[in-house]
Amino acid sequence: MVSLSKQSMMAQLLNSSFTPTTRGLRRQSIPSITQTTSRKSQIQAKIREIFMPALSSTMTEGKIVSWVKSEGDKLAKGESVVVVESDKADMDVETFYDGYLAAIMVEEGGVAAVGSAIALLAETEDEIAQALSKAKEQSSSSSSPAPPPPPPAETTIPDPVPVATVVKAAPVTVVASTHPASDGGKRIVASPYAKKLAKELNVDLSGVVGTGPMGRIVAKDVEAAAVSSVAAAAESAKPISAAPGVELGSVVPFTTMQGAVSRNMVESLGVPTFRVGYTITTDALDALYKKIKPKGVTMTALLAKATALALAKHPVVNSSCRDGKSFTYNSSINIAVAVAIDGGLITPVLQNADKVDIYSLSRNWKELVEKARAKQLQPQEYSTGTFTLSNLGMFGVDRFDAILPPGTGAIMAVGASQPTVVATKDGRIGMKSQMQVNVTADHRVIYGADLAQFLQTLAKIIEDPKDLTF
Amino acid sequence: MQSSISLSLSSASPISVRSDGGANSAAPDLFFSNSSTPNQLRFCGLRREAFSGCKSSNNAVLFKQLRPKTKISASLSSNGNSAKGFDYDLVIIGAGVGGHGAALHAVEKGLKTAIIEGDVVGGTCVNRGCVPSKALLAVSGRMRELQNEHHMKSFGLQVEAAGYDRQGVADHAQNLATKIRNNLTNSMKSLGVDILTGFGSVVGPQKVKYGTVGGSETVITAKNIIIATGSVPFVPKGVEVDGKTVITSDHALKLETVPEWIVIVGSGYIGLEFSDVYTALGSEVTFVEALDQLMPGFDPEIGKLAQRVLINPRKIDYHTGVFATKITPAKDGKPVQIELIDAKTKEPKETLEVDAALIATGRAPFTNGLGLENVNVETQRGFIPVDERMRVIDSKGELVPHLYCIGDANGKMMLAHAASAQGISVVEQVSGKDHVLNHLSIPAACFTHPEISMVGLTEPQAREKAEKEGFEISIAKTSFKANTKALAENEGEGIAKLIYRPDNGEILGVHIFGMHAADLIHEASNAIALGTRIQDIKYAVHAHPTLSEVIDELFKSAKVKSDVSSAVAEPVPV
Repeated sequence: MVSLSKQSMMAQLLNSSFTPTTRGLRRQSIPSITQTTSRKSQIQAKIREIFMPALSSTMTEGKIVSWVKSEGDKLAKGESVVVVESDKADMDVETFYDGYLAAIMVEEGGVAAVGSAIALLAETEDEIAQALSKAKEQSSSSSSPAPPPPPPAETTIPDPVPVATVVKAAPVTVVASTHPASDGGKRIVASPYAKKLAKELNVDLSGVVGTGPMGRIVAKDVEAAAVSSVAAAAESAKPISAAPGVELGSVVPFTTMQGAVSRNMVESLGVPTFRVGYTITTDALDALYKKIKPKGVTMTALLAKATALALAKHPVVNSSCRDGKSFTYNSSINIAVAVAIDGGLITPVLQNADKVDIYSLSRNWKELVEKARAKQLQPQEYSTGTFTLSNLGMFGVDRFDAILPPGTGAIMAVGASQPTVVATKDGRIGMKSQMQVNVTADHRVIYGADLAQFLQTLAKIIEDPKDLTF
Repeated sequence: MQSSISLSLSSASPISVRSDGGANSAAPDLFFSNSSTPNQLRFCGLRREAFSGCKSSNNAVLFKQLRPKTKISASLSSNGNSAKGFDYDLVIIGAGVGGHGAALHAVEKGLKTAIIEGDVVGGTCVNRGCVPSKALLAVSGRMRELQNEHHMKSFGLQVEAAGYDRQGVADHAQNLATKIRNNLTNSMKSLGVDILTGFGSVVGPQKVKYGTVGGSETVITAKNIIIATGSVPFVPKGVEVDGKTVITSDHALKLETVPEWIVIVGSGYIGLEFSDVYTALGSEVTFVEALDQLMPGFDPEIGKLAQRVLINPRKIDYHTGVFATKITPAKDGKPVQIELIDAKTKEPKETLEVDAALIATGRAPFTNGLGLENVNVETQRGFIPVDERMRVIDSKGELVPHLYCIGDANGKMMLAHAASAQGISVVEQVSGKDHVLNHLSIPAACFTHPEISMVGLTEPQAREKAEKEGFEISIAKTSFKANTKALAENEGEGIAKLIYRPDNGEILGVHIFGMHAADLIHEASNAIALGTRIQDIKYAVHAHPTLSEVIDELFKSAKVKSDVSSAVAEPVPV
């Protein structure tokens, strides 16, 4: 247990409006200093940020165990609002201001650094909406809530494969639950764990086919749906026939996006590229993925993270040649991931993928995909990539190569991880899961040895992935 | 030889089980020739002072024993002579844990005792309750650990996928029940309690009959009668129990199936324990709770934490504030159907369709056919009204002489050990010593993983009492996260909470959620029972490193006003 004085001191130091309630603390009157938000967005109103308090002297981050109050609830000074788990104990944290819990920025189960905002407190009901929009603004940068779905199915690459074909290959499953009691789809019958999973993976149960007893939705149905979610969801909005609905014998002009892809592809011919491949064993990565998948971590995020960590050691692979005369060494490692979307292709960017932790990275990815689907990506969210990832593994593609997007130095094509019989050095034969990756790079700045060393580092990280989760 | 026999005589411990009738009937002879004081033989191992005045009767007992008798008491025969004009000093209707506890204590007090059982010795606790459920929970606890890869890895252990054999698990529960039942039966037989088979009922003051339905009935007289008929699972109106897909705890403990999805109606300790078992064995669980929050009856703070640990991360969801008005078992290819209505507005809310439903809505007293009308007693919602000394109250509000009721049948505190304690209290009274049981010192436990235990008042109850009586209360809490032993076990999840009076150091309630909470509570319950104050018990020493240090720290962290004398531990009337 931490001494009271230290706790309250810490709370003050952190300008937190929240202080932990442990024995006796309730009676301590702590003049709490809440920072009224006035950073970039000059919000005048009394919207206060609620910070992750320091519950012990050794605490650097805290986990939100549960929100005692929900968004929109009125708070009275001294009421418990959130339960925070520190390295030592779970504690109720109470507010020192009256007001309304306007927006929860870190959901239950989420982790936030001490001193970072976890919610917004509005003084009046009118300010809730204002606070909400503010929360949205911040959420993309801060460690934000709700674990994302694993969306590997949507990724594709800038390569000669016609996009329409890719989309057709994606499983399109939009059938209402066939549970006999589902009232013709009006009711959804899903088991408790299926419901929990659906919430975690952000899967809409109304689009999931139940294969359990009596046609109810069970956990594996949700998992299956989550895998195909992005592609399926993108398609579900329009009639099923739309995707393969290409009228044969007709000429269809490019959309704006397709036009842009076309221009870029032609432009890429002016860059002298070469390719280097590598086979990486993924048993350890698969095991890690299985373990942290329930926490919302996606394979895309894991691959991006691994790549970013390898890039950090080989800055030249993260560089580019802008003018044909110089190296541009990028200051940050931004991993762009190719995503097939609505008859086109876009590359949402995971900023600072080497520095952001895997959980936040997964959440960011989920948001980006959602925005991409809603066509709301801002230019900086798809044009700032310094290295591109393209993954066709989910379609069973075991190897391919990708065209280098202009303005970047390298792109990596990731194939499927497959069980492979391998001979080991001691003369034994064993089964290992292996995947092939193939990097296309601009030879003006990146040479063969650079790529070779980068791939060696990447293989090491993926084969011993403990650093991915810190 | 002598010491082993003395053990079997002095306790109800399992050791007595294996002593068969032959060996026992030979024992008196042997002892008689070996020892000069027969009554020492009879009661060796027990406190002598408890049996002052029994000497003559003991001789008689032994004498009787030497000749073969046809009575049921096969071993050491009956104990003591009955009071003049009565067949027995004490007749107990119902051989559950309450009746058993009373019978053992009655023998210790030298009363000639009979116990009537219409079903099997051991009652609900041993056959359909606490005992078999502990066997299932022992399994579920291990399954949970083995399945928790993270937990195992943190120990550096590697475990292949854990699986189970349903029949094996069910057998473990059944075997345990059988073993404990035999222990109970033999402990009573070896002490010479007459076990009379049949349904017992009261036919008049100090008169009981027993027999089988449609068979012969025997009327016996007794100086005092204890009703200890216990309870049965309560099944609300509209619920059709078929024993296969709609079940009560009676069926669930047999573990004939492990349904994929089971609804548990009621989230009290019975429902909670079963949710622990079922989810560990792979079921998914939906709770249906009539009140607005899960786990009513627990201290709210403990309930909240328990929900975070025992409900939220598991494959469990729940509907609160709803009644299950109609539950239809699965048949003709249709699943179990459960109709829910809003508990407040009574409007239909939803129909659940699941593989099975467990009705855990509490227990109803088993008091029908007891002949209570013969002594002018009316039950209240089935419960037999009693005063604080377990004396039965008739419809005019007057005490019925020589008639007592203990355990679930009186509804004071529906716990096995409470029944037993009440039985002992009654025996104390009928053997001439006034005794009132302090129910606030009786602990309760829920054997989930981790366990929940409590004694005394919850925080809201304590606050209400404090307001009414005008004193202040304080709360102290300690976490298992700070306990070495808990951390060594990787079981840091849990808290202990103490509710006390800072003015005099009285312990009002203790609530524990965490590893082995059920075993940890007794330090607190004993302190409450004995009137020990915090300022005294805080100096008691606990072995390090043990979980008991959680409680040690709890007492030490309480702030009792310094001017309170530490010598206030006057005995509480218990």
